Amino acid sequence: MPQLKECPNCTSSFSCSADRPGCWCQDVHVPGEALDDLRAQLTGCVCRSCLDRFASEAAEARAHEAAGEAGTRVPGALVQVRGLSKLWLVGGVLLLLVAAAVALTVGPMPIGVGEVARSLLSHVPFLGVKSHLGPAEDAIVWELRAPRLVLAALVGGILALSGSSYQGVFRNPLADPYLLGVAAGAGLGATLVIAYAATGGSRGLLLPLAAFAGAVAGVGAAMLLGASLGSRSSGSLILAGVAVAAFMTAIQTFVQQRRSDSLREVYSWLLGGFSGSGWHEVGLASPYIAVSAVVLLLHRRLIDVLGVGDDEAATLGINVKHVRLAVVIAATMGTAAAVAVSGLIGFVGIIVPHTIRMLVSTSYRAILPLAALFGASFLVLTDVLARTLLSPSELPIGVVTAFFGAPFFALVLRSTREQSP
Amino acid sequence: MSAAPTLPAGPSAAADSPSAVRISGVSATLGRTQALRNVTLEVARGEWVALIGANGAGKTTLLRSVCGLVPFTGEIAVDGLIVGSARRREIARHLALVPQIPRTPPGMTVGEYVLLGRTPHIGYLASETKADRVAAEKALRQLALVRFAPRQLGSLSGGELQRVVLARALAQEAPVLLLDEPTSALDLGRQQEALELVETLRAEVELTVICAMHDLTLAGQYADRLALLDLGRLVATGPPRELLSEEVIAAYYGAQVEVIHRDGGVFVLPRRSRGR
Repeated sequence: MPQLKECPNCTSSFSCSADRPGCWCQDVHVPGEALDDLRAQLTGCVCRSCLDRFASEAAEARAHEAAGEAGTRVPGALVQVRGLSKLWLVGGVLLLLVAAAVALTVGPMPIGVGEVARSLLSHVPFLGVKSHLGPAEDAIVWELRAPRLVLAALVGGILALSGSSYQGVFRNPLADPYLLGVAAGAGLGATLVIAYAATGGSRGLLLPLAAFAGAVAGVGAAMLLGASLGSRSSGSLILAGVAVAAFMTAIQTFVQQRRSDSLREVYSWLLGGFSGSGWHEVGLASPYIAVSAVVLLLHRRLIDVLGVGDDEAATLGINVKHVRLAVVIAATMGTAAAVAVSGLIGFVGIIVPHTIRMLVSTSYRAILPLAALFGASFLVLTDVLARTLLSPSELPIGVVTAFFGAPFFALVLRSTREQSP
Repeated sequence: MSAAPTLPAGPSAAADSPSAVRISGVSATLGRTQALRNVTLEVARGEWVALIGANGAGKTTLLRSVCGLVPFTGEIAVDGLIVGSARRREIARHLALVPQIPRTPPGMTVGEYVLLGRTPHIGYLASETKADRVAAEKALRQLALVRFAPRQLGSLSGGELQRVVLARALAQEAPVLLLDEPTSALDLGRQQEALELVETLRAEVELTVICAMHDLTLAGQYADRLALLDLGRLVATGPPRELLSEEVIAAYYGAQVEVIHRDGGVFVLPRRSRGR
């Protein structure tokens, strides 16, 4: 039987089973010296709240000591947001640079890193560095590989960033950037152009515009429908997205069926990829992607606040509706721009945020910047694989992201689950 | 009845009145049900008012109205700020809510969670500063939670989580604290612990406390004043010893109880009407 004792510190009564294993006091860790001090001051057991307080004070004193040894004692140092260390950001930037180097040098015509660097520096005035590359090699690096690399980085970064933002504002770990009808809308826009526009130069210009317009229209319709349902929860917006996507996909399938000659082209567009991308596509997409990325990154702390629920976030002074709207609009813009120039590339917007969540931090303050960096590197490297594995023919990049991404994801999932059962 | 419960006080027009929260003629409709009907209640600075009443009486709706979470008619002022027209951020600096079932983001640490309480003091798109971390640390220290700072919310017991949510509300540095049945998920010992904590904080940082409570004995022991709601109406307010009577509880809770007055306190014991 647990004994009823009186706490020698605060005189309140509490139950104690210190004579048997399994007493609650064994769950409270008081560091050695602090426990000795406590035993010297008081005789017998103390109550739970007093022991908690002692343990807390001892842990605090210890943290301050540790900080004192390292330099100065920092007030507020006990409260930290995980994963915002410079180490991860620097690591992300380094990985992106390595990925860029790989993307510029690997291909049917291998070109050394040194040569590429010399060529890059030769474009900087007043350095006097001369490129050793011939005109053909120079064109391969700067007209074929470089725009493709930049576009893959932009698209990978914004897809991962939008995906994590959606997961945050909808508090749904399975949300991806295509959640609210972006994919169906873009697919419909692209299909209409491929099926009905005359082939030729103007079609190349029209396709990304139609895909972008379709994506924005899809999300716009979903948001109007969601708002008209009048619910305060985010669930109705997601359901509205499902309805709009189904409707648009139905039209797209109908058009595709009527014009079966266009089937192959539509299908290959839907699979996504960067073959034939040049600086033109980079110019088209980058303004939208840049603005979207800046807006999303600025909202990273507010997305964390939304994590406590709409009502509680509101009592913390946040206008939940406005924050969610701003994030959804920004993420949609970015995703629509990415889809317009690269088609539907699956998996990036889910796998990258979740990997960061499992390995680094669950705070969006860390997830958002890291998702942008690692998403960019991930897509640059998978694009290299897509164009080299079966060279000279190209694999659809969505196949590569899933083929290599899924096993990696499973591995991370397994290893983190083993650590924390 | 030992003493007639006083009628709710009328609205006071004085802008510089000592009341921390002034609720005047508030009605609210949820779906088709009239959840609040013309409720008028003033809570003085430093006072602890417990909202009592049967399930569905409107306790939670009244708290949510004060937070501006449900549309209502009438007027609610918190420290002179009119709920609904003052900026949310401004209100959040004067009013903190401890919800009945707090949503805990998976994987978030205690430190990160308590830091979220600083939100009304941080610019819209800005990041927290050192001063915010210091304030969050102070809240952790006040609730003896320092050693929990790096722990994940999911690993805490119910009582620990309640303290962490309280720490988040404290980090908000709002003078008015609303609690929605803060003890409903806790065992007897943790209930007393949590309420003692609120009482200690009320003295330390001069909080005004409005708390929806189920347990009438606990409500009677901790609150200065009870406000009894029934079907959305405020039917009586008064000190626990005057308001808690067998007749009142039978009428508004449909419960058979024995009310015992002892040592200046009041104890409400449920009693089975038919003997075994």
